[in-house]
Amino acid sequence: MIEVQDLTKRYPGRTAVDGISFTVGRGEVVGFLGPNGAGKSTTMRILSSFMPATSGTVRIAGYDVFHQPDEVRRRIGYMPENNPLHTDMRVRDYLKFRARLKGLGIGRSRQRVDRVIEQCGLKDVEKRIIGHLSKGYRQRVGLADALVHEPDLIILDEPTIGLDPHQLRSVRALIKELGRQHTVLLSTHILTEVEMTCSRVLILNQGRILAADRVEDLESRFSQDGRVVAEIEASPEAIREAFRDLPEVASIEIQAAAGDFQRVAFTPKSGEDLRPLVFEQVRQQEWNLRELTRPRLSLEDIFIQLTQRKKGGDL
Amino acid sequence: MGVFFTLVRRELGAAFNSLTGYVVVAITLLLAGFGLMDILQRLNADRTPSPIPEIFFADGIVFWLILILTTPVITMRTFAAEKALGTYEALMTTPVGEWQVVLAKFAGSLVFYLVSWAPLVGVLVVLRQVTRQPQLLDPWAMCGVLAGITCIGSTFLSIGVFASSLTRSQIIAAMTSLLIGIGLWTLSLRFSQTETTGDRWGRLMDHLSVTHHMQDFARGVIDGRALVFHLSVTVFFLFLTQRVIEMRRWK
Repeated sequence: MIEVQDLTKRYPGRTAVDGISFTVGRGEVVGFLGPNGAGKSTTMRILSSFMPATSGTVRIAGYDVFHQPDEVRRRIGYMPENNPLHTDMRVRDYLKFRARLKGLGIGRSRQRVDRVIEQCGLKDVEKRIIGHLSKGYRQRVGLADALVHEPDLIILDEPTIGLDPHQLRSVRALIKELGRQHTVLLSTHILTEVEMTCSRVLILNQGRILAADRVEDLESRFSQDGRVVAEIEASPEAIREAFRDLPEVASIEIQAAAGDFQRVAFTPKSGEDLRPLVFEQVRQQEWNLRELTRPRLSLEDIFIQLTQRKKGGDL
Repeated sequence: MGVFFTLVRRELGAAFNSLTGYVVVAITLLLAGFGLMDILQRLNADRTPSPIPEIFFADGIVFWLILILTTPVITMRTFAAEKALGTYEALMTTPVGEWQVVLAKFAGSLVFYLVSWAPLVGVLVVLRQVTRQPQLLDPWAMCGVLAGITCIGSTFLSIGVFASSLTRSQIIAAMTSLLIGIGLWTLSLRFSQTETTGDRWGRLMDHLSVTHHMQDFARGVIDGRALVFHLSVTVFFLFLTQRVIEMRRWK
């Protein structure tokens, strides 16, 4: 659906996007992740053919964004950053206006507007002026606008920014719903959002792609050291004694925890899961055990690791 | 074509929904009121007064004040406000052509401008009734006045649309077109007053003088050269606007 090859965008004195390449297949929901100023919005503006690239090619559904921009625009539903809307218009009139701009006939646009109003839960506010709506409803109007001409690809630039938790939840649910029928590319810096809505993630920093992978694969790749944490009721010396001779354990760290418990972190020699072993040992010693986990790295940790490593490398 | 009318309707909707729209109408009415007082004074003072359109549109400055003050305010919104609000991005990522956008914004401004003149027609009709002197308000002169308002208005509006396309600040857009407008008017005044010099340069400047054009229009003389002049200037500035948009789109 999207094929990006060596895309570069230079502004005077600054390179916003630096030779990135990626592809997005039909039906995928891809999250575009990165700190502010990473080049997310710039890339999305180029994809939606709002502005040209300095070099590189972008093809959307087989059409080049530079040479066949109108074909591309017909196939993309784009919600720009901050979701700009004509705040003086009524919801239904606005959607109708947008549908007509996107080339739908009068009858067809009425049909589609009815459909997206229902789909985005705007039935109750369709007669109201957009400027009087809450942010959550405005966001839905923006989504409805992106959907109204039945695009193959939906590009959303930070669709959930500034929403309260309830609105967040409903907008996310809507995006997830969209992902069933459309290809979706969305940008955000909220990591849980990507975990919840996206099948794949592209991490962008300073104009370069740092990682592009399925969310689960990223997590397993970054948590390979496989540390196991247990809270055991015993003295530190006894714990050290008990685990000293096990060949699978590379190192043990012990910290005092609340009560008579110790918080013990086990690092395995070669990636295997230490949990059964730790449990077995604790059972043999007849200690009390109140926690045994292998902490998963969240996308957040991965993101911080990646972007910091990058910074360190540049300095 | 359908898309074009959709865009024009949006432009008009935005103009009538905004406070600035009503400020424009208020300015026009206020100044037209002053103009009316001026007319009444002259009608009382002169035994053989000149026709009303000439007093109002050719001799007085009220018409020019209205034109120069309202056209920048009408047009400043067109591109600058959309850019500042971000809706410009939403607009330009739909498959509409640049020319469609430019022409729709100009047409919307022109319609609003003409509507803001409408109360004045009422004023003239009332005057005609009150004075009971039909020779003061010749229908042909009225047609000329309408043609003049439209033609000269188009020129000023196209300059305003162009200024608006250059910036995202409505204030800067309005100031730019106001400056160009005042420049055009003062130059025209200067050259139409020194018209009798008769050399080639003087005659050329006289042809280009917008105040001279309006004097002709107010007498009911619809000069083809003036029409062509204003049409060309309008097209020229709309062309520049289209180039600016295209350049910004593909820079």
